[in-house]
Amino acid sequence: MALDEKDLDAMLNAYPAKVKKNRKKHILVHDSSQARQEIEANTRTIPGIITNRGCAYAGCKGVVLGPLKDMVHIVHGPIGCAYYAWGTRRNKAKAEDSKQNYLNYCFSTDMQESDIVFGGEKKLAKMIDDVVATFHPNAITISATCPVGLIGDDIGAVAKAAEQRHGIQVLGFNCEGYKGVSQSAGHHIANNGLMDKVIGSGELTEAPEKFAINLLGEYNIGGDGWEIERILQEIGYHVIAVMTGDGSYAALKNAHVAELNLVQCHRSINYIAEMLETKYGTPWLKVNFIGIQGTIDSLRNMAIYFDDPALTQKTEAVIAREVARIEPIMEQYKRLCEGKTAFCFVGGSRGHHYQGLFAELGVKTVLAGYEFAHRDDYEGRDVIPEIKPDADSKNIPNLTVTPDEKLFKLKISPERAAKLKQTIPLSNYQGLMAEMTDGSIVVDDLNHFETEALIKALKPDIFASGIKDKYVVQKMGIPAKQLHSYDYSGPYAGFNGAVNFAADVSMAFTTPTWNYTTPPWKNQPLLAGTIESN
Amino acid sequence: MLECTPQTITERSAGKINPAKTCQPIGAMYAALGIHKCLPHSHGSQGCCSYHRMHLTRHFRDPIMATTSSFTEGACVFGGGANLKTAIKNVFAIYDPDVMAIHTTCLTETIGDDIPSIISSAEIPAGKLVIHTNTPSYVGSHITGFANMTKGMVNYLAESDGKPKKEQVNLLPGFVNPGDMLEIKRLVKAMGIKFIMFPDTSGVVDSPMTGEYVMYPSGGAKVEDIRDSGNSKLTLALGSFASTDPAHQLERKCKVPALTLKTPIGIKATDELLMALRQSFVQEIPAELATERGQLVDVMTDTHFHFHGKKVAIFGDPDVVIALTEFVLSLGMVPIHVLTGTPGNAFEKKVNAMLLEAGVSARVKAEGDLFELHQWLKHEPVDLLIGNTYGKYIARAEDIPLVRIGFPVLDRSVHSYLPVVGYKGAMRIIEMISNALLDRADRDAKDEDFELVM
Ligand code: SF4
Ligand code: SF4
Repeated sequence: MALDEKDLDAMLNAYPAKVKKNRKKHILVHDSSQARQEIEANTRTIPGIITNRGCAYAGCKGVVLGPLKDMVHIVHGPIGCAYYAWGTRRNKAKAEDSKQNYLNYCFSTDMQESDIVFGGEKKLAKMIDDVVATFHPNAITISATCPVGLIGDDIGAVAKAAEQRHGIQVLGFNCEGYKGVSQSAGHHIANNGLMDKVIGSGELTEAPEKFAINLLGEYNIGGDGWEIERILQEIGYHVIAVMTGDGSYAALKNAHVAELNLVQCHRSINYIAEMLETKYGTPWLKVNFIGIQGTIDSLRNMAIYFDDPALTQKTEAVIAREVARIEPIMEQYKRLCEGKTAFCFVGGSRGHHYQGLFAELGVKTVLAGYEFAHRDDYEGRDVIPEIKPDADSKNIPNLTVTPDEKLFKLKISPERAAKLKQTIPLSNYQGLMAEMTDGSIVVDDLNHFETEALIKALKPDIFASGIKDKYVVQKMGIPAKQLHSYDYSGPYAGFNGAVNFAADVSMAFTTPTWNYTTPPWKNQPLLAGTIESN
Repeated sequence: MLECTPQTITERSAGKINPAKTCQPIGAMYAALGIHKCLPHSHGSQGCCSYHRMHLTRHFRDPIMATTSSFTEGACVFGGGANLKTAIKNVFAIYDPDVMAIHTTCLTETIGDDIPSIISSAEIPAGKLVIHTNTPSYVGSHITGFANMTKGMVNYLAESDGKPKKEQVNLLPGFVNPGDMLEIKRLVKAMGIKFIMFPDTSGVVDSPMTGEYVMYPSGGAKVEDIRDSGNSKLTLALGSFASTDPAHQLERKCKVPALTLKTPIGIKATDELLMALRQSFVQEIPAELATERGQLVDVMTDTHFHFHGKKVAIFGDPDVVIALTEFVLSLGMVPIHVLTGTPGNAFEKKVNAMLLEAGVSARVKAEGDLFELHQWLKHEPVDLLIGNTYGKYIARAEDIPLVRIGFPVLDRSVHSYLPVVGYKGAMRIIEMISNALLDRADRDAKDEDFELVM
């Protein structure tokens, strides 16, 4: 079943007029015959709406900073914010030095009423001293939560003083939850801080090996990053830094020497990607290691960029071998999935990335969207000049970088870059809509009411989203797949990940537990059978 | 695992490392779900609401619905009145609950939004209710938040009709699972006593799979029942940290006498609950419950050699930990480390008194954290750790079996449906403890020591 604009309009009639007017701009029926379809995104959530969105702190500490394993991440605020971001995101890490891996730790200044009244700077400073004395970390981050900005604690000053006392880097991030309109603001704040203070501070002035790359916007959920690295290393790439899954402060400092930056999650890390290009002359390539074809295309585009016959040959050899290995397995799963439909509403990049993998299983994505993306994630980066800053986005400081006097080095000539841009997504992202089929629905910041209504209207066979709506959907008898946490499975990236995903999705369709939803008495009258005759 | 934790305990005076508590609003949100057809509302930035919903969802594996005022920086400067009024309007127009239960967050507490005056100037449809409570996270813990929302129910809903009190008991269950609430209700029903339980999340966060989603499942305390709680002749506050404060408020407001008991975990605490009901309502303990108790004692005696003398560390929420400590003592176990993250001297006092009576010396601490507990364990190891899921890292690091009881349990399922309270719950705890210890014994045994019967 398909919906048109009229059906959507009717569905939104259940809203109060103001809400309807607002939400209408966030939903559209994809139609490639139109020159441009505009969608509203990265604007305020309406108060009282059941949204999936989180806050700037979640984007900063939870997403970007948290996975850096060899830094102590102190959360300055009352206890909750630190507690909920502790161990809940599945960003896996292996420690090179197990005495410098703080991933299973949670540090909170646990502000009390007196700290709110008299200020929390002293307590924060004291906690930093305690942490240094007990753990001797290489570096510390401080993330501010809502009350901190309101009471005027100057975490930057506390950080600076602590750096002088202890001789290690202490970075302050003003990512109070009320900044911006979603996690997105926090990504930006974290990007700025890492770019300003960490990246480029390492000793290297050039790449230690050939084909040196950074992998940006890959958080190693369920081990995704490890599967991607397995493939890249075999082909001959040298991964300098991953931002930030299984990433480290030590590696991040030398990220400036890479020859190319790969961008997996555009939303959360595009700021660093762009700044690396301006400051060090390194272009970035949009990749998508979710799905077999996505992985193949990404690898081929990388090979085109490096333009090295041996590398290209190895790329093709690895692709051929991996595809031959997994295709028969995928075929089996495809038989179980073929012909089904999916909703794919996730985060800021996965709503796009998983569509290809679903398609490889014969599952058509009939609705997709993001929780906290911007218009460019839907419409492509060409739209960026058109996006007008508003009161909320203006609150996020912009970091302006200039070419580094010593370290700036154009990795490829402008002429070659211009030429490459015609064939590969070099320093560009086309957005989610470019790959969607006509008639499918695109929704930004999908909320609970719309989830229910759209499921009833479109009856998808599977719903890919997060933990907050998972059980709502399953109560409706539809399998729900968490694509933030992978339902504790994974990896889903790369070739092995595609197989895992196929297995998990097939399992969701075929589990016999669905057969018991309707009890046997439901369709059988109580007084049934024949009247006995003798 | 946790290799950065040194054995040497150094004085730390600021902050928490690996906390054993979380913030007030999540408790308030959970309590509010215990009202029938109620939608909790988080007044603050949307991040808090998102985190609280996620964590409750992970624990219950069921939909947890709540709305938020979705603050932006502007709202912080000008106050959240406009956001809250818009939210109230939208909540009733779109989600149509009977009750909207507002709790605050750090942010709105810090800027000092006056919730009652905002509510009074909001558009609330006829017949609908808006209640609120203040839940600053920089005071207390999630247990305090649960108590505060329960108190909010008393403040807004409970009423006394001035007539002689009715032969019915109010049950404030505290921050426990729906399975526990059901079990407490079953015990009181078996006693033949009329009761009103609030909050009551059974039938809400343990809703059945029917192929249909209903936003407001059939469970939860009915508003008219909470209202009528002002006419009951007794309130039993189960767990002093989560329930005493609202029970006292009901006493002040409607003159319903309040009696605080332990969360009925273990034989003694269950006995005390039944005895209190027996005395107040002059109802004999029915044979059915007497048999259950007898069976429990039978199991305790028959298997005492599985656990007697074993050293145990317990951590979690104060009411649950206090009752668990009492129970393990009655099993002959030796609790040498007892810790809660929630602040409050009463915790240490109560636990120390029980330990003194049992002649056990232990480290007992309120407002502690798991980093410290881990360090204690490095100094004095135990045979068993009892606590929530966060204990699994310590359990692995120190190779100690873990029994998961409390909130949150994120890595195992079914726990929220089955009770740890009452005689049946006590039996279940014994099963968990015995199994954990015996699985360990089996795993560690040499071939020649591996036994069929244990
Ligand atoms: S800001 Fe306060 S209320 Fe919100 S999650 Fe953090 S501690 Fe809890
Ligand atoms: S992949 Fe999704 S969850 Fe991860 S950072 Fe990007 S938007 Fe967030």
